[in-house]
Amino acid sequence: MNTMKRRTFLKGALASGIVVAAAGAGLLHPTEVLAAAYPKKAFGDTDVNKTLTALFGSSKHSPSDKIIIDAPVQAENATVVPITVSTSLKADTIAVLALKNPGVLTSSIDLPGAIGFYSVRIKMGESSDVLVVVKSGDKLYSAKRLVKVTVGGCGG
Amino acid sequence: MIGEIRMRVTKDGADTKILAMVTHPMETGRRKDSKTKELIPAHHIEKFEFAINGKTIASANLGAAVSKNPMVGIKIKQVNSGDKLTISWTDNKGEQGSADKTI
Repeated sequence: MNTMKRRTFLKGALASGIVVAAAGAGLLHPTEVLAAAYPKKAFGDTDVNKTLTALFGSSKHSPSDKIIIDAPVQAENATVVPITVSTSLKADTIAVLALKNPGVLTSSIDLPGAIGFYSVRIKMGESSDVLVVVKSGDKLYSAKRLVKVTVGGCGG
Repeated sequence: MIGEIRMRVTKDGADTKILAMVTHPMETGRRKDSKTKELIPAHHIEKFEFAINGKTIASANLGAAVSKNPMVGIKIKQVNSGDKLTISWTDNKGEQGSADKTI
């Protein structure tokens, strides 16, 4: 079972080489490839547009009222901020970005067999907007929510 | 203990919600050890995947900014009794784990 997992993981890592080339061409990534590879290049950047381009091949997103972000108005603990995203859009991928984090992308999820919902707990360095971007077919949709935190979340 | 996996499957209206948690330090690499004053190296889960009967239904890509002991929730339209739910994870150090649960 472990060997199979390692092979699948390696296949994903090899596939990411092709994914990066597609990003250079400005194409959105096919869902099957995304579900396999860890988008390492999309993490650790403070630039939202660069992050979205690394993740989706494009940074053009339209605000949508069909994306609902459930998050505390004021987070008591900046190291555990619960974020819940619900959307009636047919979501291929949901990404959660904390716009003042040292790397804005906290996480993304590919949903080949699940509906438009993602809940995760994140660390926030300081109060900021949380930007949620949903890839639905060829388009990117987004919603934003201000989350205030009382203490720095990076333990520094 | 790193890699302990817990799963909870509940009905949420017409849908089914799956919550999974994996114990993991999720170190960002920016934190200093209080005694040695040295940076604790980044150690965090990268892939966090949900599969039903061997087929991947959701695949999360987590960064270091996900909270310690990541808890991830998804929803699906339907599960059938007897379905096998598998949670599997890999981290940036190449460690990995998985666990099954029959619904």
